[in-house]
Amino acid sequence: MKIVNVDVAIVGAGGAGLRAAIALAQTDPTLKIALISKVYPMRSHTCAAEGGAAGVIKADDSFALHFDDTVGGGDWLSDQDCVAYFVKEAPKELTQLEHWGCPWNREPNGSVAVRPFGGMKKQRTWFAADKSGFHILHTLFQTTLQFPSISRFDEYFAIDLLVDEGRCQGLTAIEMCSGMMTQFHAKSVIMAGGGAGRIFPFSTNGAIKTGDAMAMAYRAGVPLKDMEFVQYHPTGLPNTGSLLTEACRGEGGVMLNKNGRRYLQDYGMGPETPLGKPELKTMELGPRDRVSQAYWHELQKGNTVSTPWGECVMLDMRHLGEKVINERLPLVRELAIAYLGVDIVKDPVPIRPVVHYMMGGISTNMQAETVLPGLFAAGECACVSLNGANRLGSNSLVELLVFGKSAALSAFAYLQELPAPNAKALTALAEQSQGRIRALFSRTDGAESVAGLRKEMMDSMEKNVGIYRNEEGLKEAAQVIENLRTRYQKVILTDKSNVFNTDLFQVLELGSMLECASAITVGALARKESRGAHQRLDFLARDDENFLCHSMVHFNGDQNPTVDYLDVVITQSPPGVRDYSGAHS
Amino acid sequence: MKERLVQIEILRYNPEQDTEPYFQLYEVLCKEEWVVLDALNAIKETADPTLSYRWSCHMAVCGSCGMMINGEPKLSCHAFLRSYEGVIRVEPLVNFPIERDLVTVADDFLKKLKRVKPYLIPKESEKIEKGPFPQTPAQLMKYRQFSMCINCMLCYAACPQYALQPKFLGPAAITLAHRYNQDSRDGGRAQRQEEIASDEGVWECSFVGACSEVCPKAVDPAAALQQVKVASTLDWFKEHLLPQGEKT
Repeated sequence: MKIVNVDVAIVGAGGAGLRAAIALAQTDPTLKIALISKVYPMRSHTCAAEGGAAGVIKADDSFALHFDDTVGGGDWLSDQDCVAYFVKEAPKELTQLEHWGCPWNREPNGSVAVRPFGGMKKQRTWFAADKSGFHILHTLFQTTLQFPSISRFDEYFAIDLLVDEGRCQGLTAIEMCSGMMTQFHAKSVIMAGGGAGRIFPFSTNGAIKTGDAMAMAYRAGVPLKDMEFVQYHPTGLPNTGSLLTEACRGEGGVMLNKNGRRYLQDYGMGPETPLGKPELKTMELGPRDRVSQAYWHELQKGNTVSTPWGECVMLDMRHLGEKVINERLPLVRELAIAYLGVDIVKDPVPIRPVVHYMMGGISTNMQAETVLPGLFAAGECACVSLNGANRLGSNSLVELLVFGKSAALSAFAYLQELPAPNAKALTALAEQSQGRIRALFSRTDGAESVAGLRKEMMDSMEKNVGIYRNEEGLKEAAQVIENLRTRYQKVILTDKSNVFNTDLFQVLELGSMLECASAITVGALARKESRGAHQRLDFLARDDENFLCHSMVHFNGDQNPTVDYLDVVITQSPPGVRDYSGAHS
Repeated sequence: MKERLVQIEILRYNPEQDTEPYFQLYEVLCKEEWVVLDALNAIKETADPTLSYRWSCHMAVCGSCGMMINGEPKLSCHAFLRSYEGVIRVEPLVNFPIERDLVTVADDFLKKLKRVKPYLIPKESEKIEKGPFPQTPAQLMKYRQFSMCINCMLCYAACPQYALQPKFLGPAAITLAHRYNQDSRDGGRAQRQEEIASDEGVWECSFVGACSEVCPKAVDPAAALQQVKVASTLDWFKEHLLPQGEKT
């Protein structure tokens, strides 16, 4: 088996992984850095983020206001020391990206332009048209090309972490073009592998978002935190699930039910604001959890519009005019025309809520450290407790940068004066990892297809673990997922070749998704309250007495996972009422 | 939703088993509104798990799923079944080695991209505390279009010159170099010029414009290459014919 010796191995080459790699290369040019990803960096899903990235820059704004929006938006489940650090670092990181060439939109005087976003009381979202994530990703990727100390391992599929003497010391990965198993021996490992939205059938997430990094850390004994908080984005195209950015509403788009009523006013987000004059933090600029939940209620009342792709509400942007739409929402126009045949300049577009983002993930502290020495995590795969129970739009792109850098600095501090790895012990562990793959190839009693198991998982998650949940549904989902985890042991590998074996990768991805689905379901069942994106029809109120705490889900092998809790860090903002009525200002 | 039975003929090649590529015909029930990628996914899920191809975002921004569809380079997530009649022929992007089935080897493009230094080489370095560099909307518009490249490599598959001369840096790499050259914050043009004005650079381009025709993001690489040629010609005159060399 090939061995690659490095100082730091980074798993995932999207926004967080690339930012970490640059920080490491700049901190010490002699470091050996391995950037490992199952796709080329520019294919990472950061590219699909549209709206923008939040950071205080304008004179009427302040760190305190960004803090309050984030903590309230997260329904007080964010760690407040983390949020305070984040809001201060955000403008620095966005400026750093500017210095690296990111084409942010500008004001006529040449300063950076900002746009309104949901749940934010001030305009603070930096944007590059509606392709912000794409530009951030490519700016970071292209910037890495100048650092010779960053060695890329493109299209290497990460399999298992190597944990010896209580420390994470590397990982195994399959070189996808050859099928060769490779061991990376590393003093520090940073997980930056993205979210797991593909657990659900209707998702904005690309095919690669299968929770691999989360599952690797989880299987190595690191708890997954707050997994039950799954964000539905209110405005997805009903057939493909493609995202129509929140900036549609930031720019003034409105949401209508079948009677043409701006129904958000009926769900605590009114009174109605004048058309074309969006007001911050109310109506269409409410937070994603509330706006998605309002759809569910409209559906129950029979107020939705029936379309060939299911029940929808309408997003109307006609009043913005062609010029504004082309300048600020060109991708949205292009997507709606191409995939749905609707030109947003001329017609309202049908939309419905769609799974978008995992607030939960690999549990880390503010320094991006996990409980496993030598293992760090950042980005969507991590839960640093910035986003609490509901992430505000445009905080996650900044999270990649701020905590990608933190992970790098923590990983660097950690690897000083470490003893040399015990190569023999690591190789023995890597052989076990290889054995797991070999067993899959030689399995003869296979009876389950990857497509079949995946569909059952998705169907159960959509039916039972959606916007509103209850005990009965969650119990059913938990049972289905545990049953699927057992049946997964009998999955058939049809393709037995070594070269770019996508059948194998789909089997491995399904394994990761089942672990994440299990953690989500178990967390959701145990949290008997409604908070942010986790809404229980049988426990409608938030319960600060019992659940102002993070769920920590622990892996138990073939057995069901267990849940315990960790206190939320409250430094200055006691839990309060989330007010998105127009009266809040 | 209307459905129709679609016949798709796919180039298959597994280097461990096959001496050369061959076509395999599939029949798959498709929804009218589907793209070719949806049909490939349906084949993989229901008929043949060994079919290999790359994809991710399904919204024409990640650039993974470029392939030849009826002989044209396309993103398969942006190639609508409604545009095709009869048997649809799907092949890997031409001008690249086949790794397996519809998966090609992308190393050449990535090496070329790195050579042109596609990153900001600032005129003057500035501390983060000083805040963002100013850039007016007009300055932004000078390069923004060229920054939209998703690296899908369709332009390399379309480029007759790259087909003849694989050393040619090619449309996307030169366009991205030009993107930074045109950026008001950048001072790295002289460094990039070594690569893009070399005999593997822009002078290889025969200006057929096939790159711009197939670009799924309207980046217009042909325009970028034309601008690079004009600028490089002016450089040559400045260096060789005008008095006092570059001081104009």
